[in-house]
Amino acid sequence: MKKKLTRWVAVFTALSLAVALGGCAGDKKGNPKDSITIGIPQDIEETLDPHDMVAAGTKEIFFNVFEGLVKPDADGNIVPAVASEIATSEDGLTYTFTIRDNVKFHDGTPVTAEDVKYSISKCADIEGGEPRISALLNVQSVDIVDENHVSVTLKQVDYDFLANIASVSAAIIPEHNDNPAVDAIGTGPYRYVSRTPLENVIFEKNDEYWGDKASIKNVTFKICANSDTIPMEFEGGSIDMMAHLTNAQRVQIPSERFDVMSGTMNLVQALYLNHNVEPFDNADVRKAMCYAIDKDAILAFVSDGEGVKIGSSMYPNFRKYYDDSLADAYPHDTEKAKELLKKAGYENGFTFEITVPSNYTQHVETATVLKEQLAEVGITANIKQVDWDTWLSDTYIGRNYDATVIGVDAAQLTASSLLSRFVSTADNNFTNYNSPAYDKAYDSALTELDPDMQTNEFKVCLQMLSDDAANVYIQDLPEFVALNRNYTGYEFYPVYVIDVAKIKPAN
Amino acid sequence: MGKYVLKKIAALILTLLAVSFVVFFLFSVIPGDPAVSKLGTNATPEKVEALREQMGLNAPFFVRYFKWLFGILHGDFGTSYAYSMPVTKLIGSKIPINAVLSLFAILIVAAFSVPIGVYTAKHKDGPADRIIMVLNQIFMAFPPFLLGLLLTFFFGIVLKLFSPGSYVGYDVNFGRFLGYMICPAIALAIPKTAMCIKLLRTNILEEAKKDYAKTAYSKGNNTTGLLYKYVLKNAIMPTITFVGMIFADMIASGIVIEQTFGIPGLGRSLLSAISVRDYPVVEAIIMLIAFGIVFVSALTDIIHAALDPRVRGE
Amino acid sequence: MIRFLKKHDIKWNIGMGLLVLLALFLLLGFVYHPYTTTQMDASAKLAGPELKHWFGTDNFGRDIYARVQEGLRTSVVIAFFATLIGTVGGTVIGAFTGYYGSYIDDVVMRIMDVLFAIPSILLALVFVSLSNSGMVNIIIALGISVIPSFAKMIRTEYKEQRKLEYVQAAKIMGASDLRIMFVHILPNVLPTLINCVLIAFNNCILAEAGLSYLGIGVQPPTASLGGMISDGQAYLKAAPHYVLFPGIVMMLLLLGFGLISDGDMKTNLLKRK
Repeated sequence: MKKKLTRWVAVFTALSLAVALGGCAGDKKGNPKDSITIGIPQDIEETLDPHDMVAAGTKEIFFNVFEGLVKPDADGNIVPAVASEIATSEDGLTYTFTIRDNVKFHDGTPVTAEDVKYSISKCADIEGGEPRISALLNVQSVDIVDENHVSVTLKQVDYDFLANIASVSAAIIPEHNDNPAVDAIGTGPYRYVSRTPLENVIFEKNDEYWGDKASIKNVTFKICANSDTIPMEFEGGSIDMMAHLTNAQRVQIPSERFDVMSGTMNLVQALYLNHNVEPFDNADVRKAMCYAIDKDAILAFVSDGEGVKIGSSMYPNFRKYYDDSLADAYPHDTEKAKELLKKAGYENGFTFEITVPSNYTQHVETATVLKEQLAEVGITANIKQVDWDTWLSDTYIGRNYDATVIGVDAAQLTASSLLSRFVSTADNNFTNYNSPAYDKAYDSALTELDPDMQTNEFKVCLQMLSDDAANVYIQDLPEFVALNRNYTGYEFYPVYVIDVAKIKPAN
Repeated sequence: MGKYVLKKIAALILTLLAVSFVVFFLFSVIPGDPAVSKLGTNATPEKVEALREQMGLNAPFFVRYFKWLFGILHGDFGTSYAYSMPVTKLIGSKIPINAVLSLFAILIVAAFSVPIGVYTAKHKDGPADRIIMVLNQIFMAFPPFLLGLLLTFFFGIVLKLFSPGSYVGYDVNFGRFLGYMICPAIALAIPKTAMCIKLLRTNILEEAKKDYAKTAYSKGNNTTGLLYKYVLKNAIMPTITFVGMIFADMIASGIVIEQTFGIPGLGRSLLSAISVRDYPVVEAIIMLIAFGIVFVSALTDIIHAALDPRVRGE
Repeated sequence: MIRFLKKHDIKWNIGMGLLVLLALFLLLGFVYHPYTTTQMDASAKLAGPELKHWFGTDNFGRDIYARVQEGLRTSVVIAFFATLIGTVGGTVIGAFTGYYGSYIDDVVMRIMDVLFAIPSILLALVFVSLSNSGMVNIIIALGISVIPSFAKMIRTEYKEQRKLEYVQAAKIMGASDLRIMFVHILPNVLPTLINCVLIAFNNCILAEAGLSYLGIGVQPPTASLGGMISDGQAYLKAAPHYVLFPGIVMMLLLLGFGLISDGDMKTNLLKRK
């Protein structure tokens, strides 16, 4: 028995070693120029119908597969995509799109006027349902002018109309696709190939693309769910690129092999306050909290000073509206904070709870620093971590919380997507902010007919949020992207996308 | 005996029914809503309500429960909310991963614990025994997630024996898949091996004290012969029970290992399904785990009863 | 002193020695504490061990020495009370089911099987999410999850004990069932009970770490050993000391209890023979 066992152990050990070594030998990829593996932090959502996609993490990679009539470029301009030309009627209500000559879907069929009408009608839900993009409630009708022209008529003037349709959510998809939730057919520089739950999503270069074709043929998006092991995955070479890295991950990536770039995440991180909860209904208390916190210190602790301080519901890359003077509207001043608290009748401070989704390290860390800073003026904050779904249903939808640290992003490159939620009647007004003056100002901006005046009026709204200290605005978080030095060409966008088509092999 | 087996099987079914109810109930009370999860930040109360209706979540609790139970009896575990595919298909594609992982781990446990357990028992209180026992204790004291991470660090970064996160699907390249599974299997096996060695050693020493062993010894059997001929045979029974328990526990304890090694197996599926409130998947995986545990424990009871008729009477 | 040490097995002595060491480490915190547990310092983030910070600092520049002490306290307090709940609950359930047997036994053991079959992570998630994730709730959640294994062990013991002569004798003398269970039998199952307690304590320490790993454990900035290890993992390469020190303390703690339960089992086995 003993001999048998020993022999058996020996055979097993030899076998496992052989397999292990075999496994190692097979790891190196053939030609790095042909393919790239990009890490993504979570799996993509269930549906592949672009009009139904809601998760930012899904939309940001499908930006490479789907295109609208227009799309955003890296500078934040809206540029023609499936449409080659856009003509606006004099009253500003009718947009006529010329369909680009050589645009083909990934299945080889050319894009027709019917496809465009179908797509826009579907995502605007003309039949009277709930539109996928709420701003498209404004669409009156979609009409086919001739075989390569389609016109869209609005109910009222909207200067942001093009910005509103410049996203994956308003992508042009073929009418003949019976099952858009499973078969992702678009017009973008990459085609969707396959997905394996919890493992990966695979794209392949679209050789028929109408514009600048992509350089890298095969793209694998690998799901890296454990954030702690990501630096090791870089080290071991199993991913070539990943975006949205935390500071902890960034500092541990081997810089001789990877180029770590930093930009901003394009979101408004703040300590959002529930205005229906005492004492956050008191503007003096809110202002006191703004004075009590030290944004520079938060930036230093959370991300070694990277990131950009903000002071209202707007992030810096949105240059049209961003006003950097607001960032320092409430400089760090504990004395002033205490004074304001005294004035509001909270001389001895108060206690509240900060709810924060546990999967966002940056927000949890920000909350940890906030707790220390607020303690200095006598305010006690208790941190409560919850999982993302609990946050969504209890905090965001249920509005059952005191305060929360979160980053709010813009679904479209429009002022409304960041400002409409503060209108008292908005159904996504999760802070219960209620200011008749703001409601009036926002409404007036929205209906303003002169584009320049409109920009100014939105700026007034931003100023009001700052003056009223609606929330404790903190920063636009830093965005770190690591890219293997075998590749180059990554570009930051003012919206949440990863443009793979621009990445090319380094020489 | 037949009656006893029947009784055990009935108990098994009842337990599974109870588990199914408890799990279903728990998910109706915890915060979070599959409809909200699907809609994300686009959710508004009206949209959520409409989607809940569409997903059939607004039906009364018992209606939903019995519908689900009825489906299971027909082998239908429902459709995953997160992947729009039948749960059986989704889980079925993950089972080979855990089967291989568990099998490797069990092989490692068996290959190391039996010889070491026997050796330490034979040389009880010798220097090797003492050293091994202390090491054993240390390995048992290791938090599993730390062990996984240290192994990744050590094998992957320091020794470069494997590259972390380079998991390959079994359907893509079976050889490389097997190669990748070795490290996680070792991480999974180490604490279990330590426990097994300890258990085997204690059992052998207990058995060796028994009368039959003493008789055999007095009849002139030498220590080694005695050990292998009689003692090991008896001592290994409880160990096999333990190995069975390990096997049933593999999915649950594999959660952490899967997480650290980036293996998309059942454990990761369970965690990710919990986080997006993909109830059909969660419930199916828990039923699978529960079945494993309950089945092994029933089997053990039956084997015990077969060996020791006194047990049946109770 | 020497007689006391000799009375016990060597493992017991080493285990106890480790625990005494950890207790001394905690006491040291009262004497020498240059930094508080929450004092942040942006200029000293992730600093390695040095004279000022014996164990280095974490990603907020907080002193790991102070936090490991707080973490040890938190983890021990949680594990202690959770084990207490498990012990009382498990013993009572185990005693009743084992002593009476029959249908009560069947039913309760099935319930225990059910609890056993549901991953404890899920139970904890449910429990903690039902109320706030305060320390008390964590203790209750862990305590409940320990009960089934306790009850199983104690039940087996009671089943064996109840057949023994002294129980029959007590019955004949007219002792009530409750008295027999908790006055007569309990002292005889004490060795098993102590072992269960030690194992359960270890499991609670590990389970608390698991909860922290999922973000539903002790909330920041309160330190716990598990929480520190899971936070520190993110910096394994850049600042290994962040994981190392809480990791070592946790291992010493688990090792100490492990050795004691091991040594204890041996002495008890010898006693019984």
